[in-house]
This record gives sequence, structure tokens and C-alpha cells, in this order.
Amino acid sequence: MNVVVDGTPVPAEPGQTVAAALVAAGRTTWRETRGHGRPRGLFCGIGVCFDCLVVVNGVPDVRACQRLLADGDDVRTQRGAELPR
Amino acid sequence: MSHPDVVVVGAGIVGAACAEALSAAGLRVLVLDRGPLASGTTAAGEGNVLVSDKEPGPELALAQASRLHWPRLLDRLADEVGVDVEWEEKGGLVVAITPDAAEPLRRFAAGQRAAGVDACELTPAEALVLEPHLNPAVATAVHYLQDAQLNPVLAATTLLAVVRKRGGETIPGVMVSDVDGADRVTGVRTSQGRIPCHAVVNACGPWAGSFTAKARLNILPRRGLVLVTAPLPVVVRHKVYDADYVGAVAGDDADLRTSGVVESTRAGTVLIGSSRQRVGFTEQFEVPVLRALARKAVALFPVLASVPVMRAYGGFRPYAPDHLPVIGEDPRLPGLWHATGHEGAGIGLAAATGRLIAELLTGQRPHLDPTPFRGDRPGVPA
Repeated sequence: MNVVVDGTPVPAEPGQTVAAALVAAGRTTWRETRGHGRPRGLFCGIGVCFDCLVVVNGVPDVRACQRLLADGDDVRTQRGAELPR
Repeated sequence: MSHPDVVVVGAGIVGAACAEALSAAGLRVLVLDRGPLASGTTAAGEGNVLVSDKEPGPELALAQASRLHWPRLLDRLADEVGVDVEWEEKGGLVVAITPDAAEPLRRFAAGQRAAGVDACELTPAEALVLEPHLNPAVATAVHYLQDAQLNPVLAATTLLAVVRKRGGETIPGVMVSDVDGADRVTGVRTSQGRIPCHAVVNACGPWAGSFTAKARLNILPRRGLVLVTAPLPVVVRHKVYDADYVGAVAGDDADLRTSGVVESTRAGTVLIGSSRQRVGFTEQFEVPVLRALARKAVALFPVLASVPVMRAYGGFRPYAPDHLPVIGEDPRLPGLWHATGHEGAGIGLAAATGRLIAELLTGQRPHLDPTPFRGDRPGVPA
């Protein structure tokens, strides 16, 4: 699968979540908080806390722990709150 | 506390405001709640302090008095305990999406203006300047400059912190089983023993009706659900709601009523309401209700169609048959005071309610006419 995170190709397998691929690639954070730009990554890992948000194919507020990767996904760090384009 | 002057039962915003006003009057106050502080209806509200949704009459008078009093009360709280309760004079925007709804909204606002409400009629273009993401199809809008918002849980817990600072006590997790006294109140019976007192304030919100078998009230729960979006950039600046909301509030039917009501919190989430249903204390979520809320919010702010909803929650509003709060002493049992029945407006009405209870209980001249809120008016005693 071809998956790009912040412009860099990342190994990914079918059935893997965005968070799983990011953690496997050695990343622990992929979002910055709205107020102070602090780093965030996985917290609950089960879709409840909305802490692991990323932008996938231009759509913000995607829960990395819930979203299964698809071929060609373009994932990027979410900085603060963003509106969908 | 061995000898409180007054026991307030219910640590929501109304109980907290009563306790604060009573302690400001120099009384020793004990506040009890069967659960954690501010964990019931108060925790389920959006923190609205509104005049926009009230038609001229006693409830508007109470809302206006409360809106005047809240900032003064918050100044006092800030001086005494230094907590910011996220008070924001954001203003309300009531919107008629369809041309049919425009004329009734204009008439309603004109009536309110005559009663002293700041209600400015806006053209669609002016409304879109105030709310750039608003549906451009808007027919007309009214800007209510006095509408405000605060964080209801912070406000209630801060009021209670002030009560403690003045020597009062607040104890969560204590169940009050009944009120003692045949001719007048002599104490309350609790899960931690009997507490003697001469006055007890029933601020149990939607549970106030069955507070004591000696003086039941027709207070019923009116269920509401709220959708919460992920934190967003600033999309909704005011309290924005559809003009049909006022009709939904005043409606008597037990059936579901929904109306589009949208506002942001300081945390960035957008709260989407509102629904009204009389289904007892049923806690289940009905997906059709959530769908209706989402649909109506999108009709107001089309951009919301593509933002994620993070969670939904529900709560119960204390509802009197005539939609007026119950504030005052119960003639069936002197010493028993009620402060309940504020339906969905308890946050806004709490400041004046607390003040009124303290004035009446200490024999001062009340700052507004308490007669319409008497607990022995027709339909209220059960």
C-alpha cells in the first residue's frame, strides 16, 4: 500500500489503522493542541477521547485509532482545530 | 455542620445560587446532594443566560433581573475565590430560515422590545456579518444583545466554594430521605443521620416533585439531548437558534419537539440542541432525535454537515405545567422552601432565584414580585 504521512512514504498493511502504522513507523505524536501547540498522539486507542486526530486526504478530525488505511491515503499532522475544506 | 440555619438540598446551579445568597445574608448554610456537586441538570446544560426566548411576563422579568444580577454576582465570586467561570456576553441571534417564520419572529421581538429587551432586527446581510457561516438563505434575524453564556458547572462549584469560604458546608453523596416536622420544618433526615434546622430549600431540579411526601409538586422531567462536535475554529459566534424554538419551549405536548439551537463553548466544541420530550427519567438515546438535531443544525450552519460529532449526552429539565419556576415557601409546611421548575432556563434564572429566596427567607423586601412563582398556584401542588 502507498501511504504518505507528512509527505514521507510510510510502510502500511491492509487492515492497519492510521495510528498502528504511525506507531510502527516510530511516531508517537501527530497532532498539536489548539491552545499551546503541544504534541498529542494515541491516548485511549479505542475511539473515545478524540486526542489522536489527524488530517486524512484533506479531512480534519479523523481519529487515527479508528481509521483503517486505504491505498493512496495522504495523512498529515493536524495543527489545532481545522475546518473541512 | 451541627446547627445550620438553612439546609439546601440539591447542589446544582439553583441550589448553589440559593446557598450563596443565603450565606451572603449571614446565614449558616449546609448544602447536601445525593451525588457529586453540580452533576445533574446543571452539568447537562449549555450555560445559557438568555432573555431572547422569553415572552413578556413574569419569567421574562425574572430573566431580566437575573441577567442584571449575574455579572455583579460573578464579580463578587472573583473577588472572594478568584475563579473565571467563562462568562461571555456573546449575544443571541434568532433566525427565521423560511419567509413564513419571519413575521412571527418580528412580532415576538417587537413585544419583547416593549418589555425592555434589546432586540435588533437584522437584514440577512447584517446577520451574515455577525455569523459568516450562517445559511445565506436566512429570511430575517433578530440580534439579542443581552444574551450571555457561562460554564454552568464552574459557576455552580464556584458559588459553593464561596459558601464554604464564608463558613458554610457542602457535602456530596448524602441522600435526604425526608423533612421532619408536622406543623413546620424541624430538620431533615439524611443517610448520615438527622440534621435539625428551621428551613430547608428544595432545589432538587427535576426530582423536586417528590422531595417530601408532605408537600409534593407537579414538577416533571423534560428530556433533552445534545450533540457535541470536535473542537472547531470559531464557526459559531453567538447563541444561534431557529425562531421555532420559542414555540417548542412553550409547547405542552409530551411528544418530541426539536428545534435548531447551536452555540460554541470556550473549549471550541459546538453544542447542538435542542430536543424536548416527556419520557420520565428514561436515559436511552433515540437515534431519530439525534438525527433531527443534526439536520436542524446543518440548516442553520451548512458547514456543520462535514464536521465530526464527538459525543452526545442527555439531561432532564425540571418542568412545571405552566412553564414557570416555583420559588417560595410552601404554605403546607412552613420552613419548606422550593426553588425549582426552571425548565431549561435554570442557569440564567439562578442568580435572581437565589436572591429572591434569600430575601423572602430573611424577611427583606423582594427585588421583584414573587407572586407568579408561588408554589400553591393552581396546578403546582400535587
